[in-house]
Amino acid sequence: MADEIRIPIDSEADIVATRQQGRALAAELGFSSADLTLIATAISEVARNIVAYAKRGEIVLRHANQGSRRGIVVVARDKGPGIPDIAQAMQDGYSTSHGLGLGLPGAKRLMDEFDIASQVGKGTTIVMKKWARRHG
Amino acid sequence: MEVSILKQGDYLIAMIQAALSDAALLKLRDELVERVGRFRARGVVLDVTVLDVMDSFTTRTLRGIAHMTKLRGARTIIVGIQPEVAFAMTQLGMTLEGVETALDLDGGLAALRQGTKGGGNRGR
Amino acid sequence: MRQKTEGEAAAQSTGEAAAGMVQELVTYFREKREVLRRQWLEQMTSKSLLAGRTAQEAETESITIYDTCVGCLETGQYDGAQAYATRMAERGVLRGMTAEQIIGGLLTLRDVYGRSLFERYQRDLARLSAALDIYEPVGNKILSIVALAFIEEREKVVRQQLEAIRELSAPVLQLRQGVLVQPVIGMIDTQRARQITEALLRAIRANRARVVVMDITSVPAVDSKVANHLLQTVQAARLMGAAVIVTGLSAEVAQTLVTIGVDLSKLNTLSDLQSGIEEADRLVGYRVITTEATMARNAET
Repeated sequence: MADEIRIPIDSEADIVATRQQGRALAAELGFSSADLTLIATAISEVARNIVAYAKRGEIVLRHANQGSRRGIVVVARDKGPGIPDIAQAMQDGYSTSHGLGLGLPGAKRLMDEFDIASQVGKGTTIVMKKWARRHG
Repeated sequence: MEVSILKQGDYLIAMIQAALSDAALLKLRDELVERVGRFRARGVVLDVTVLDVMDSFTTRTLRGIAHMTKLRGARTIIVGIQPEVAFAMTQLGMTLEGVETALDLDGGLAALRQGTKGGGNRGR
Repeated sequence: MRQKTEGEAAAQSTGEAAAGMVQELVTYFREKREVLRRQWLEQMTSKSLLAGRTAQEAETESITIYDTCVGCLETGQYDGAQAYATRMAERGVLRGMTAEQIIGGLLTLRDVYGRSLFERYQRDLARLSAALDIYEPVGNKILSIVALAFIEEREKVVRQQLEAIRELSAPVLQLRQGVLVQPVIGMIDTQRARQITEALLRAIRANRARVVVMDITSVPAVDSKVANHLLQTVQAARLMGAAVIVTGLSAEVAQTLVTIGVDLSKLNTLSDLQSGIEEADRLVGYRVITTEATMARNAET
């Protein structure tokens, strides 16, 4: 499989396929079965976020290398309305009370690294990373 | 066929057989609710063994199924959540609180037969 | 070339005097090496600091240590002492020796050097003072280097053992059909909490368990983070239709957790493993019946 995969997100119908591709890419990197589920779930959440707020966007899946460790990078990009208050959006209580599900704060908990940049009127970019744990 | 729904006496057994899109999940919800009403079913066992990911939407929808069937007089028991999926759900903070669960189909049916006392794990 | 000021001249002559004193001490310690070294060995023997070492080992090591110390005094560099300490630590010698032996041995040597200086300069307090000014910092520095090497070696061993404990997957045992027991031993951090949860959930599926008794009596520090890990484990097990009973959470710890705001209401806790097992039996529908034969036997004793 290629080192980088770009997946356009046009509707909720793309969510399942995207997370399955993420799972397959992560499997190549030697992630444990439990980690594969965490990654697929996180991808599902950020893809869902794109569909809910921006209607369309893209998800890029990539291998990551840092010294001796290997991992997966997930970039979720959209040109949607943007998030006015990121801190608020990243609070658990906020998202549940607005019926938005647990999306972003949840995805952050599942991954090792999580960065979000957003500008009102311009769009949002989320970069998440997870590193494969050494075995033995 | 992504979901099969069978009638077994007073109960409905629904088995999800492939990953479901949002639209398909909502359709499942509506079908279950409709059939509970039509057959006056007293219980539903919904088997999600095949789902390798249960994200926030899936969880909300399952909660909705449990709630709506309850309004029509039926208990819904979710069965077959896999270990890794259960772990991911708690990491995401989704506990399916208030929704009964059991390990598998047998466990779900046993819970329904035992009535409200014992059986299904409701999680307070 | 400009002339030196009085201050600079004074400083320079002090420096020269100090350098001269260093050389004097070094020469003295080298001349007296056999005498002082024997004194040192005798004193260590009388304090039982050489237990477990052969005469040959004591000889060779004492020579190396003595010479290394004098070398540090001469050069003002401690690479030699550091290298020696590291070598000893790596060879695991330190592991076989007690703190008393290591540090006691060096303290004895320090005293032997010190006493010899008193003896030599007893008639000249000014020179004695100068000698001690030079000697004492060196002695102390060498002592710290060795003591630290010893401590680091011990800490490394402890870390390795902690890691080994951590890597033992938390065993899950089937007590009866439908009832699992998971004794947890050692500290729980995020990584270990994950291992524990994964092992538990897989066992629930494999054994079709309906109740798990998780005993945390041997978990030393239960703080709010650990409590939250436990809560998450309980929630995950519940999603698989299994109830978790947590035993071994002392009343004090429970009180502390509640005081700092941890919601323990979702944890089904009992004081000890026995109670936990009885509760598990109750939940699953088991009843323990003592047969007539056993009752008769018990009545006899």
